[in-house]
Amino acid sequence: MIEPLKHLANTPVKPETLELKFSDIAPPLTERQAALESARCLYCYDAPCVNACPSDIDIPEFIRQVAQDNVNGAAKTIWSENILGGSCARVCPTEILCEQSCVRNKTDECAPVLIGQLQRYATDNADKSAHPFARAESTGKRIAIVGAGPAGLSCAHRLAMLGHDVVIHEAQAKSGGLNEYGIASYKMTDDFAQKEVEFLLGIGGIEIVYNSALGREISLSALQSEFDAVFLAIGLGSTRTLALGHEEAPGVMTAVDYIRELRQSDDLSALPVPENAIVIGAGNTAIDMAVQIKRLGAEQVYLVYRRGEEAMSATDHEQALARNEGVQIRTWARPAEIELDNEGKVAGMRFVRTAEDDGKLVDSDRGFSLKAEAIFKAIGQTLVSDELDPAIELSGGKLLVDESLHTTLTGVYAGGDCTGIGQDLTVEAVQQGKKAAESIHHDLMAAGDK
Amino acid sequence: MADLSIEFAGIKAPNPFWLASAPPTDKQYNVERAFEAGWGGVVWKTLGEDPAAVNVSSRYSASYDAHGDVVGFNNIELITDRPLEVNLREIEDTKRNWPDRALIVSLMVPCEEDAWKRIVKQVEQTGADGVELNFGCPHGMPERGMGAAVGQVPEYVEMVTRWCKQYSSLPVMVKMTPNVTDVRHPARAAFRGGADAVSLINTVNSITGLDLDRMVARPIVGSQSTHGGMCGPAVKPIALNMLAEIARDPETAGKRLCGIGGISNWRDAAEFIALGAGSVQVCTAAMLHGFRIVEGMKDGLSRWMDEKGYARIEDFRGLAVPNTTDWKYLDINYKSIAQIDQDKCINCGRCHIACEDTSHQAINKLLQADGSNIYTVNDDECVGCNLCEITCPVDQCITMVPQETGLPYMNWTQDPRNPYREA
Repeated sequence: MIEPLKHLANTPVKPETLELKFSDIAPPLTERQAALESARCLYCYDAPCVNACPSDIDIPEFIRQVAQDNVNGAAKTIWSENILGGSCARVCPTEILCEQSCVRNKTDECAPVLIGQLQRYATDNADKSAHPFARAESTGKRIAIVGAGPAGLSCAHRLAMLGHDVVIHEAQAKSGGLNEYGIASYKMTDDFAQKEVEFLLGIGGIEIVYNSALGREISLSALQSEFDAVFLAIGLGSTRTLALGHEEAPGVMTAVDYIRELRQSDDLSALPVPENAIVIGAGNTAIDMAVQIKRLGAEQVYLVYRRGEEAMSATDHEQALARNEGVQIRTWARPAEIELDNEGKVAGMRFVRTAEDDGKLVDSDRGFSLKAEAIFKAIGQTLVSDELDPAIELSGGKLLVDESLHTTLTGVYAGGDCTGIGQDLTVEAVQQGKKAAESIHHDLMAAGDK
Repeated sequence: MADLSIEFAGIKAPNPFWLASAPPTDKQYNVERAFEAGWGGVVWKTLGEDPAAVNVSSRYSASYDAHGDVVGFNNIELITDRPLEVNLREIEDTKRNWPDRALIVSLMVPCEEDAWKRIVKQVEQTGADGVELNFGCPHGMPERGMGAAVGQVPEYVEMVTRWCKQYSSLPVMVKMTPNVTDVRHPARAAFRGGADAVSLINTVNSITGLDLDRMVARPIVGSQSTHGGMCGPAVKPIALNMLAEIARDPETAGKRLCGIGGISNWRDAAEFIALGAGSVQVCTAAMLHGFRIVEGMKDGLSRWMDEKGYARIEDFRGLAVPNTTDWKYLDINYKSIAQIDQDKCINCGRCHIACEDTSHQAINKLLQADGSNIYTVNDDECVGCNLCEITCPVDQCITMVPQETGLPYMNWTQDPRNPYREA
């Protein structure tokens, strides 16, 4: 039940149409397509695509393996650097990462190699009947991980591989983090997030405790005393507010809450959908929200951002996706007032026109109003650090970590969106989780030598 | 427009593009379709004595490049499996319908004088323009003492050629097998026997690949396979070399040569002609794409000839022969150095890793402030081997630039470093 929108009607779109609109946005390559596409890779040396990827996947090598009909080998090349290669293949903004730096972007080369799609081809089609990695001899060490999102899972897998035992505490009822609860539905179909977790856990040595949150069922100090090391992969648990009146009024909610419900819904036709919707924000979550509510049947969807398009953190590819869906993108407008009807429900929003003056955003004396029954806030998420130790320092509102993912508290490591390093991307989280595992392993083994 | 017509060993044709003796020329229906499409001539698929040969099911296999295109095409088909009388009647009919096209008949009968005498006389009566002696077929027929079994023994080549010249007034062309150590010997023998021309090459003994599940080579007949004869683009370099060997052999220089082997486009044809071929034969490219390919071959060759100022085929035929020599006559003092066009470079790094790992460490990888690499040539280390130019995926990005050394031409026979120098 989506409490803030319970007064709205369910989607007017027919179930069979919904099924189509929420099917795989980028259907997988066929064997023939993968053969043709992999043959386009030039097998570059010191390849720019590898340098552009936050993880360390040997991209030319795995594509060559695909081209040589060695899908299992290709998948192992991918997984050995990125155990969540399957979800990254689906959600990575490849247009600003590997594919942006593909040498085939040069005009005469026609188009970059479809690296993401080839990665999906390899990981989807590889034989998963036996887990591809073996565990090292047991070290007897136990590590606690908080959060079963991409960073936590990646860290757990690498630790298990290195011979450690891992217990993950996950606040939600399912693992996968944003792959399960946050990514747009059509980017991750067929319950893929859960299937990938099941594959990952195939290595053994990883226990997940669900519905177990810091400050509720567990505490950091207890984990520290019970385990040899703790890895925090807690993501960003809170959403920013607009700091306007009526933010609690029926019709106002965060985009992440709506998307979570959408992702967990067995029956999309039971979701409440406004006739007109406003999405506030400029990131990929804002785009995911706008496109999905449009596909669910909203007549008019406005995406409003206080700065210009060039400042939007959503990639050009994502912005185009929204435009093609008919989402109206309005820039240089700041939310000024939530407008209510006489029953106190959201009826629209008033905006003030903004401009940039010497790098500073300033209000103009002009404005406009948009009619809408729902307002979705996608203006960023913030770290919830209340339940952590004061000895863990923050920087810019996020956990301060060094290159080896140490926090400022000995024995406690962190990775993923909750840290202040790297972009908030799935692939970055996976990389940080893996690096943290290596760091933990290094520290524990070094300590054991003494 | 350039004049593509030729007269080859007394045989006239409107263009030098002929179809080789093979499945596409097995019967009147196919050959007339080829003539309608514009081919200048055909060599009718090899006739033999009755009873006709019997073929197996599953006859071809191929090797492919990374893009799935055929580079080598292999077959285990025998000579015609139709009765001699049917073929002769259709040849006569076809020649009557297409008097301006070259129609040559490929022949293979046992190594007996009577057999050859009989068949050349039968062919002569059809009105065909000439015969081609198939001494090249490398599979099946040699087991019966024919095809390559003859072509590999110069004495037999000479003997059979002589019989054919003795009993027929038709031009006789002898088709060479490449499955020999030195193609000049059978070629010399053919001309000693009175041949008007030699054509080359026939197919190369090959196994194109295996089915690793069934542990059997391709093509698979039941649960077995056998070696076949390979043609297609992969054999072109072998054919060009053998053609050049014969063209520049003092004993056979100036003789009529017909080029065969992987010719797929006008440029391939021009290369064979530049090495001395007066006409060319095509098979694999037509088998893969149909007879329509001849249109592009004629158009491309004629436009290129116009550009170069060649009015007739004879104007450029053999022009590359004098420039093909023995290694010992190459200029030791010539020097070229790789040059990378940075505007064209896509920074794939292939030139660097190829040179670094396997050659002369002459291409530097320079890390830029933005994290990208640029690649530059270290002139002092470059030996001008062409490897970087070959591995570079971009056309004209790496070029080999001749250097001014100030040194005169000097070959190995003159080089003071050669202990066996002649001068």
